[in-house]
Order: sequence, then C-alpha cells, then structure tokens
Amino acid sequence: MDEHRFKKRTIFLWFYIVFALLPIYWMLNMSLRTNEEILSTFSLFPKHLTFANYMTIFTDVSWYSGYINSLIYVAINTAISVLVALPAAYAFSRFSFLGDKHVFFWLLTNRMTPPAVFLLPFFQLYTTVGLMDTHIAVALSHLLFNVPLAVWILEGFMSGIPREIDETAYIDGYSFPRFFITIFMPLIKAGVGVTAFFCFMFSWVELLLARTLTSVNAKPIVATMTRTVSASGMDWATLAAAGVLTIVPGAIVIWFVRHYIAKGFAMGRV
Amino acid sequence: MKPVNQKAWFLILPVLVCVAFSAIIPLMTVVNYSVQDIISPERRVFVGTEWFASVMRDPDLHEALWRQIVFSFSVLACEIPLGILLALSMPAEGWRASITLVVVALSLLIPWNVVGTIWQIYGRADIGLMGATLQLMNIDYNYTGNATDAWLTVLLMDIWHWTPLVALLCFAGLRSIPDAYYQAAQIDGASKLDVFRFIQLPKMRGVLIIAVLLRFMDSFMIYTEPFVLTGGGPGNATTFLSQYLTQKAVGQFDLGPAAAFSLIYFLIILLLCFILYNWMQQVGTQAKEQIHG
Repeated sequence: MDEHRFKKRTIFLWFYIVFALLPIYWMLNMSLRTNEEILSTFSLFPKHLTFANYMTIFTDVSWYSGYINSLIYVAINTAISVLVALPAAYAFSRFSFLGDKHVFFWLLTNRMTPPAVFLLPFFQLYTTVGLMDTHIAVALSHLLFNVPLAVWILEGFMSGIPREIDETAYIDGYSFPRFFITIFMPLIKAGVGVTAFFCFMFSWVELLLARTLTSVNAKPIVATMTRTVSASGMDWATLAAAGVLTIVPGAIVIWFVRHYIAKGFAMGRV
Repeated sequence: MKPVNQKAWFLILPVLVCVAFSAIIPLMTVVNYSVQDIISPERRVFVGTEWFASVMRDPDLHEALWRQIVFSFSVLACEIPLGILLALSMPAEGWRASITLVVVALSLLIPWNVVGTIWQIYGRADIGLMGATLQLMNIDYNYTGNATDAWLTVLLMDIWHWTPLVALLCFAGLRSIPDAYYQAAQIDGASKLDVFRFIQLPKMRGVLIIAVLLRFMDSFMIYTEPFVLTGGGPGNATTFLSQYLTQKAVGQFDLGPAAAFSLIYFLIILLLCFILYNWMQQVGTQAKEQIHG
C-alpha cells in the first residue's frame, strides 16, 4: 500500500516537472535561434544554432549593467528585509501587546495597493528626498512589499517552535541576544532560507517601481528588457536570451539556501 | 496564551520605520488626488466624493470586478491543492531534493513581462509548443480569437508561474515537523490520510494562510502577464481590474477618478483578505479544539 502510494506521488512529481520545464525549454530554444527562424518555423530544436543573442547581452554595457544594478538593489533589499523582520516576527509570535493584531494585519495591507496610480507619489517622494536613480531608492521602495512578507513568513515558522525552548534558555541564564542567535536562529533556519529566497525573488522580478525610480545609473534588467519591444517589431530572440539569464542568479540563490529549506527543524536540534 | 509585554513594540519599531516611509506618504497623496479634479498641475478643484460615486456606478468596472473575483478564486482553487500535493511529493533530502527545489522554483524567477512573452509564443498554433501540440490532438485552440481559450491560457500561465510559491512554502512547513510526530503516528497505527489530516495540515496552517493570502492578493492585482499575453482581449475577456484601472489612469489622464478607483480597489482587496484571514484562523482553531477535545 505504502509502496503504491509512493509511486503515485513520484509520477505526479515527474508530470509536474515536465509541465514546469516545457515553457522554460521553449524560452531556451527561442534564445538560441534567430528572430526569422522563431517566427517562420516550428521546430523542437534550433536548426541553426546561434549564440548571437547572448553575445549581444554580454557585449553591450547597457544590457549587462542591468543585471549588475538589479543584483545590487536586490541584495540590499533582501538583507534589510530579513534583518528588520527577524525581531519583529519574534515579537508577534511570542508576546501580546497593545494593537499587535492590528499592526500585524496592517503590515500585509501594504502589499495590496494597486501600483498604477501609486507610482506618481513614489516618484515625487523619492525626487524630494534626492534619491532618484539610485540603488538605495529601489531597495527602499521594495521594502514596502518585502518586509511585511518577511514578517509574516518568519512569524509562521517561529510560532511552530514551542515556547518552552525560550523559557528553558532564559532559566539557564541566556541573555536575549545570545539566546536569539545561538539557539533560536538555528531552529528557524528553514524559515530564514525561504524568506530570503522570496524577498530576493519578489524584488528581482518587480518591474513598475524599479522602472519608475531609475533612469540610467540604476536601471534594472527588467526595465532594460522592455526595449526589445520597438516600432520595428519584437526582438523575441534577445528577450528570450535575457529571460534565460535572469533565471541564473535566482537559481544560484536557491541552490545556496536549499539546505535550510530542506532540513529545517531536524538540523537545528543537532 | 502569550504573555503581555508592551516592550515588544521596540522589536517591531524598525519594521514600522521601514514600511511607513514608503507606505503612508504615497497613500495620503492618492487620497488627496481622489477628492480633487486635477485640470492642470496649477488648477485643482475640490470635488468631495464625486469620483467615488461615479466610479462605483461604472458598469464596466462591475464587469471587470466580477471577472477578477472569478479569476482569483479559480487561481486559489487550482494552486493551493496542487501546491500542497507537490510539496508532499517532493523528495525530503539528498541530491534529488536539491534538484527538485531548484527546478520547481525556476518559473518564479522569470520577470513577469518575459512570462507573458514566452506564453505568447508557446501558445501559438504555428510556432509554439503548446499550441502546436493541441493542434496535433485536433483541439481547436486559439487564444487570440477565442475568449474561453484566452481565459484558460491566462489561468494555466498563472498556475505554471505561481504554484511553486505555494509548494515551496508548504515544503518548508512540512520540513519543520519533528520526526517524533511521525513516529508517534506510526505507533498509533495512523493511516497516511490521518497523518496528513492531524499532523501535516495543522503544522502547515501558518504557511498555508500566508500562501492563500499572497496568491489571492497578487492574483487580484495581476497586470503584466495578461497584458503582454492577450492585451485584455479578445473583447474584454481577460481585462482584469488592474488593467481597467491602468487604462483609466494612463490612457485617459484622469488622475482623480483613477485615484478614487485605486482606493476602492484597495478596500475590496483588504475586505476580501480580511474575511479569508479570519475564516482560516477560525477553521484552524476549531480543528485544534477537535484534536485536543
């Protein structure tokens, strides 16, 4: 019975992986062909393999600087988000205080503002404080949706850790910072890994705010990509190549945090 | 019960500073726009709640809102069970787990405008893999001409794009269940279904609430992907709320009504999330009482 069930799940998993990879394969396929070939023929493999699309990106400074800019502000944003969210999530999961439930829900409401109209005030605000076209500006504006997310995810994981662990540590004479770093952090590694990945991901793919707050110096890759749409038609091949390259940094990030996600609680107790 | 400790406010202070800076000023500016008729930057007239009244009577808006609600709940109905199932199916450790994690997460990392573009080609019957395959199976499929096909394509694209978010959250939640729980269940002779119902599901509650709320609010504000894929068409079949809003704000330069629309939009999401959140909290507490009682 167990054996049978296990097989069913494996089949489902393979089915899903194929479903997930096919569009990505199609993007890879497009990135290795010319625009004429993409639009004229259907083929499972590129007939005339070309790396010209990738060369365009690697040799043109306005293309590859987009990746560097994005990485800078995403890294700043992820670091700040996780650092400020950790103590707050601990407070929400362990104590009750005046207005705690309201503040907790209010945090999430910041993710609910439809961007179209909110872009103009953002532009005005960051122009006023003199941060336009800097990496800091984008990183700060992305805190709006990443910090609430980080607090919510971390709170979920912290609430799963029994409170007796805290109490035992305090009885053993641990101070709060020492307890938090040496005992509590290892217990919620899975949560920190997931949180860091999601902060990275949401900041990495966000287009509207990043495009509004930058012009040249901090222009992110997602904004650079929009120029493949021009009067002379779509540049499908270059866009596909740029798309393939945008996956790479995130895949590396998840490769690094995979242990924290996969091992979770078991690792913390060792 | 949690102990009362007002000093906990100091722990959440950094978060409040970070979020309030980008939250309160833009929100107040939009409130300010919504009660004025902005004829030019120098000429503004206070109009009170006029925009709110006219926006709420707009029949096109009602249609877009219904389309949006149906779409968002379809997204939840597909992605949440699929995500849980996927999380349960993923290998727990070893190199297989690492590879699966990375593969599952890939679709999340593609910028949204690229997602739309890829599916635009992917679904085409002449040059796209999915379109061509459906053609081979003699299914008449055309997402640019047929409203149902377009709607289903947007839904399928969303499932492909976002199910990993649910799956990763659930997977991490599952991994934080101590082995002792499973051993105890084995001693009690619990079936797989019992383990899921009484151990895995309650332990995933925290992450599941986040997953449901995130998927709900993000799908309620979906813009870039359908805009690139179908442009809202054919007809209005895939014109969801935010696209209708953008048409108003950018297309017609009506900042006042668009701001009023934004605020109503925001309140609708807020209300629905609030209901969902409280409902899930209640269901969770009842289940807990059942187990302990």
